[in-house]
Amino acid sequence: MSEHILLRHRDIPDLNQLEVYRKHGGFEAFRKAVRSMKPGEVTDVVKASGLRGRGGAGFPTGMKWSFLPKDNPKPRYLCVNADESEPGTYKDRVIIERDPHRLIEAIVVSCHAIRSQTAYVYIRGEFHEGARTLEAALAEARAKGYVGKNILGTGIDVEIHVHRGAGSYECGEETALIESLEGKRGQPRIRPPFPAVVGLYGCPTIVNNVETLVCVPLILERGGEWFANYGTEKNGGPKLYSISGHVKRPGSYEAPMGKVTLRELIFGPGYAQGIREGHMLKAVVPGGSSTPVLTADEIDVRMDFDGVAKAGSMLGSAGAIVMDDSTCMVWMAKNLTAFYKHESCGKCSPCREGTGWMLRLLTRIEDGEAGEKDLDLLWKVTDSIAGKTVCPFGDAAVAPPQSTLKKFRDEFLYHVREKQCWRKVASTFAIATARAGSGVSA
Amino acid sequence: MLVEKYANEVETILAKYPADQKRSAVMPLLYLAQREGGYVTRQDMEDIAQVLEITPTDVASIVGFYTLYYEEPGGKFRLQVCNDLPCALRGADEFLEKLCENLGIKVGQTTPDGTVTVEAVMCLAGCDKAPLFQVQSGDGLKYHENQTVESALGVIEELKTRGTQS
Repeated sequence: MSEHILLRHRDIPDLNQLEVYRKHGGFEAFRKAVRSMKPGEVTDVVKASGLRGRGGAGFPTGMKWSFLPKDNPKPRYLCVNADESEPGTYKDRVIIERDPHRLIEAIVVSCHAIRSQTAYVYIRGEFHEGARTLEAALAEARAKGYVGKNILGTGIDVEIHVHRGAGSYECGEETALIESLEGKRGQPRIRPPFPAVVGLYGCPTIVNNVETLVCVPLILERGGEWFANYGTEKNGGPKLYSISGHVKRPGSYEAPMGKVTLRELIFGPGYAQGIREGHMLKAVVPGGSSTPVLTADEIDVRMDFDGVAKAGSMLGSAGAIVMDDSTCMVWMAKNLTAFYKHESCGKCSPCREGTGWMLRLLTRIEDGEAGEKDLDLLWKVTDSIAGKTVCPFGDAAVAPPQSTLKKFRDEFLYHVREKQCWRKVASTFAIATARAGSGVSA
Repeated sequence: MLVEKYANEVETILAKYPADQKRSAVMPLLYLAQREGGYVTRQDMEDIAQVLEITPTDVASIVGFYTLYYEEPGGKFRLQVCNDLPCALRGADEFLEKLCENLGIKVGQTTPDGTVTVEAVMCLAGCDKAPLFQVQSGDGLKYHENQTVESALGVIEELKTRGTQS
């Protein structure tokens, strides 16, 4: 087990209180940034650190910041993406609820870097507890002069507002988040222009994920070089991993990015400690529900952006959903497709209609009411969504059906040939096929 | 009228956004409207529209889009179980089914005494602590994690007795 950096609240009781936070070096990064660094220098250090966005895409944060126009007189905004809603992911929630002052310091420092005076934390509506914790921390920080006008006498003004979402996964997409914050339906905008140029209220805007932002004060404390070297090449810094599903000890874990493999996260003694008794690993969705599934023999991958990409999937939000041999992969694809159908914002026809079509097909397949041709049809529908929507939601929605069709085609064939789910006859697919004996898995 | 009743809170909410971007306040104002009855009335939508200088249809389109706003009254408490993949792998489907069986209702229905509506919802970001549910009511939203049918029935009993969750 490596050092707790992002999860240091586990070693420091009451870290959510400002005094405790300060005793452990809180706001030192802020002091350093405003006393001895110009905004551009902070951005340079973040660039040098190689910090990549933790929301899923892995885009370099310093580069994103540098897209802000130099000569635009309009105010600039920082939007904190705390709309964590991807099945399998619960990393930002941990930070918000346990270490809220870290997020506040991160926001203030980042606002200094991008020369913004107003930040909105867009927190998903379900995180009522998190929103309350953050509001309480903000009140405390404001009262002590760490947030608001003329912070600690430095002449820097940063106001932070908490804005609760109301149950829409799509609002985690940065342009949909901006739309929602403007009081509209959470639907994405066509890019370009990118938010850095035309964002909230038509002003230059940076949208960063919670886990990404809390890396910023860390980079100032320990240096860009330290950060870049903590982890693997081009994948620097500490990383949170959420492990859920059929493991003995699900939860949030931290490691230097990529210094841990998916196998270690699932089976390692310091991590999820293996599959529940009496079962074997079957499949893993490695980085939140929208990342293609990996089979049991594809888990020797470095858990960083490039390592998982090499294996044909994505690190995404680093929320690994682990499934054992009792799991029907048709059911799994159907379950996740139901999520995407429910959450599709409705803007683009391929996604709005296609997700419903995929769900109907998968339901028929699972229920034994589909024929072999329906498998081709399902593929065709996925193909008609991917790459044909305004935002990446369409690509996300097809990942579960496409990857399961590719890697677990036998199970789909069983359903259409035997006209039922194998779980009705056996506890594992291997037993079910042996019993069927009809060359189902040919 | 909502705006008169909660004048201070409305003012605090509006102050969060630029004066010429009042529309941004629609979501927090809808939460305010739901506080007492657990749903947004037509009158609330009209009031909010007036404050924000938008049309009631604009407000209704927000209510319709976001799942945490309700146009119809439900039980006093909405008990919402996540059964997305990670939770389902930890028995959320069986949990939901048995819970409803115990209450003598189906998913989406309200107990005859009007106390609890049981619903299935999308990811709550508590995957490692499934089965879990959130209880939503006018006075707040609270998570209950690592639940069994027995513990959930206990939560319901307590809600019935106390009549509030805050």
